[in-house]
Amino acid sequence: MFSNKYIFVYSTVLVVVAAAILAIAAVGLKPYQDANVRIETKQQLLSCVGIDSTPKNAETLYAKYFTEELYVNAKGEIVTAGEDSKPVYVCNKDGEKIYVVPVQGKGLWGAIWGNVALAEDLTTITGVNFDHKSETPGLGAEITTKPFQQEFNGKRIFDGSKFTSVKVDKRMGKDNPHAVDAISGGTITSRGVSAMLHDCLEFYVPYFNNLKAKH
Amino acid sequence: MKEQNREPLFSVKNLKLIKNPFNRENPITVQVLGICSALAVTAKMQPAVVMAISVTVVVAMSNVICSLLRNTIPPRIRIIVQLVIVSLLVILVDQILKAFVYEISKQLSVFVSLIVTNCIVMGRIEAFALSNKPFPSLLDGIGNGLGYGMILLVVSFIRELFGSGSLWGYKVIPESLYANGYANNSLMIMPPMALIVVGLIVWFHRSRNKELQENQ
Repeated sequence: MFSNKYIFVYSTVLVVVAAAILAIAAVGLKPYQDANVRIETKQQLLSCVGIDSTPKNAETLYAKYFTEELYVNAKGEIVTAGEDSKPVYVCNKDGEKIYVVPVQGKGLWGAIWGNVALAEDLTTITGVNFDHKSETPGLGAEITTKPFQQEFNGKRIFDGSKFTSVKVDKRMGKDNPHAVDAISGGTITSRGVSAMLHDCLEFYVPYFNNLKAKH
Repeated sequence: MKEQNREPLFSVKNLKLIKNPFNRENPITVQVLGICSALAVTAKMQPAVVMAISVTVVVAMSNVICSLLRNTIPPRIRIIVQLVIVSLLVILVDQILKAFVYEISKQLSVFVSLIVTNCIVMGRIEAFALSNKPFPSLLDGIGNGLGYGMILLVVSFIRELFGSGSLWGYKVIPESLYANGYANNSLMIMPPMALIVVGLIVWFHRSRNKELQENQ
């Protein structure tokens, strides 16, 4: 009833039409999707410095509180955005300067990322937030919960002038200013957070030292 | 004379296509299709409704398209053609959700893309659209999508009310009740409870419908 030729032509036409429709949709919707991602990033930065926002007011709140977006290189110099540089977001909240740096790492199943907010002394953590792609709900995914993130408040990433980062480890958190308790059942993700904080914050150490020298 | 032979747009037969999925031919409780997503997205009402609308759109549109093409589709590559059409629609829905209801699309995560594997979609194309005209196929698609959505709505209503103490994101259980020792049932938020709730609905549905009960 249907020749092989018909089948080949039919399937080719079908797939080409489908691909064309998808391409048009992807290009047409991209600006909206990018805007959503941009707003989400701003919301995360805001929540990191303790300001609640909704997708609607995120842009205005961000403009109100965040005064500067700098890019620094591994030597701690402020440069124009480029491959070797990473961003620092400077927030001015109630007269206090807060420095927010983004961090990225890997958990058990996929990427994890977040932001760390540091007080003006560039040592004390005032807030963090984390998100993940596909950690296990109830175990590794607990890093996105408030109770875990609040443990970081007041922890210190420097011991005197020595960079210590903040470790995420079992039974270390209670009185140690440089560690928080790991999540039970989420050991690999906890180690991932630990490594992420160490590796990403280390990049900024020269910049922090430069700033401290200025003060 | 030809006019008289034409079926009215909403004849008894056509209306049945919409109504039956709500009762005797419900995709979830009777045909037991689409259970996986029904368990996954029903912890809150908002994502459940968005999911129900997405599935309805996909089933209805894929039914219409397949019905329009039914005489041109070579039977040997029938399933592949259906898959291309269904996945095209699902990707479109996913992209649109990402652009306009980003928060909810994040909650639904992979389950939107998994509409492709929802047996309701392929099941309706195979069983109905390939042998019927576009309009009845559209009605059949809408009926089945809404039949699926109805169960999602009921399950998510129960789960959100008892699991989070809210409905559509608004708190409905008063604080005073919590102060007197009432607590949200956190098992309600977990997928196993969805299975139990669906099971209770199936039980209730069957007990009311003699024709659904198997003969001993």
